[in-house]
Order: sequence, then structure tokens, then C-alpha cells
Amino acid sequence: MAKKLALIASKGSLDWAYPPFILASTAAALDYEVQIFFTFYGLTLLKKDLADLKVSPLGNPAMPMPVPMPNFVQMLPGMESMATLMMKQKIAGKGVASIEDLRTACLESGVKLIACQMTVDLFDFKPADFIAGIEYGGAATFFEFAGESDVNLFI
Amino acid sequence: MVFDKEVDATGLNCPLPILRCKKGLSEIEATQVLKVTSTDPGSVKDFNAFCVQTGHELLQLDTDDTIFTFYIKKRSS
Repeated sequence: MAKKLALIASKGSLDWAYPPFILASTAAALDYEVQIFFTFYGLTLLKKDLADLKVSPLGNPAMPMPVPMPNFVQMLPGMESMATLMMKQKIAGKGVASIEDLRTACLESGVKLIACQMTVDLFDFKPADFIAGIEYGGAATFFEFAGESDVNLFI
Repeated sequence: MVFDKEVDATGLNCPLPILRCKKGLSEIEATQVLKVTSTDPGSVKDFNAFCVQTGHELLQLDTDDTIFTFYIKKRSS
């Protein structure tokens, strides 16, 4: 019987979009059955358009910067967009997959994507905002699969 | 080494070489051989781990400076 991986994706920034989709697509390649439960800001990763994903150096002292940058500079208008642009250039230059590609790989390999219904309602998201082929559910839905999974991760 | 299909994963980073390998394996018959080339140094450990976990057989690994070439025999069932 196939091993199972259950993930909770709770973050919606460009950098944190990677771990759930990398792990899910790789596990699927290793013949795992995989479900990702998207909750709170993680729901952003299910939107049709992922171009808005951003990374912010603010509040992230570990983020490598070309020059030392104090917080009061990082908060200036345009800094977040600049950091995002630099990150995207690095991603493309190093042959790292785009989030779109990894999400497509997940869908093609049968990873089940579940949107947290409560957060969808909380943020007034519409099903039309999201890609096709996802499901909706609550905490009990997550546990139905997670309870019999071999690996469970909260990201 | 004789192979039935070739996948070029050079220039790609984790997890893409594994994903391309998996796709390549799905396009050949059981016991046929897939050749995969990669430049990601992490792929050496990853391809070993992939084969151990999935039952496909890593027949040979050639290392040529910066290019890693894997020959993987698809499992019989």
C-alpha cells in the first residue's frame, strides 16, 4: 500500500510557497499518496494567478541581502517589490522551478489540494478565484487523511 | 550503456531532475532503461534515494566534472 503524506500549507509568500509544493511533488514521484490542506494565507497558493506572490525582507533578518539593510530602509515603498524581483531573478537564474510549474506537477501527479472552507469564507474568497480541480473541506476532512498518513507536516 | 529513452535535466534544480526522471520512467516499459543527465550536485544522493524508495534500479552513475549521468532500469511491476 502506498505511503501517505499530509501537509498543511499556511503561508502565502513567494519563499514559503516552495516547501509544500516541492515536498508534495517529490513525494508523489516517490509513489506517495499526497494531500495538501491550504489554510489562512496558504489559500493564496491556490489562486489562478500566482504572479502576486511576494517576498519581504521585513521581519526576516536571515534573508540574504546584497548590502546590509536596516529595517527602516526595508519599509520604504517599493522595497518589497524590489526584493521580490531579485528573488524571482535568482530563482530563474539557478534553474529553480517556478511555483506554477511545481503546482502543475502536483496536479498532474494526483496530489489532492484542499482549500479550508472556513478561511475561504473568512476572507470572502470566491471559488472562481481558485484553480479548477481543488476540493473544499474543514479540519475533520484533513484528519480523515492525516490520521492514516505516514508523514504529517505543518508549513 | 544501452538505454531506451533519454531525459535532459541539466541546468535544473531540486526537485525538477527527480520529477523529470519520474515522467521519463512513466513513458517507458518495465525493465527498459532511462538515461538522465543532471548538473545538480544534490541529484546524486536524490537519485539514489529515489531508486531505493521506488524499486527502480540505478544501474550506473557516470560523473564527468559537472555532469551526472544516471542509468535507471524501470522496475518490473
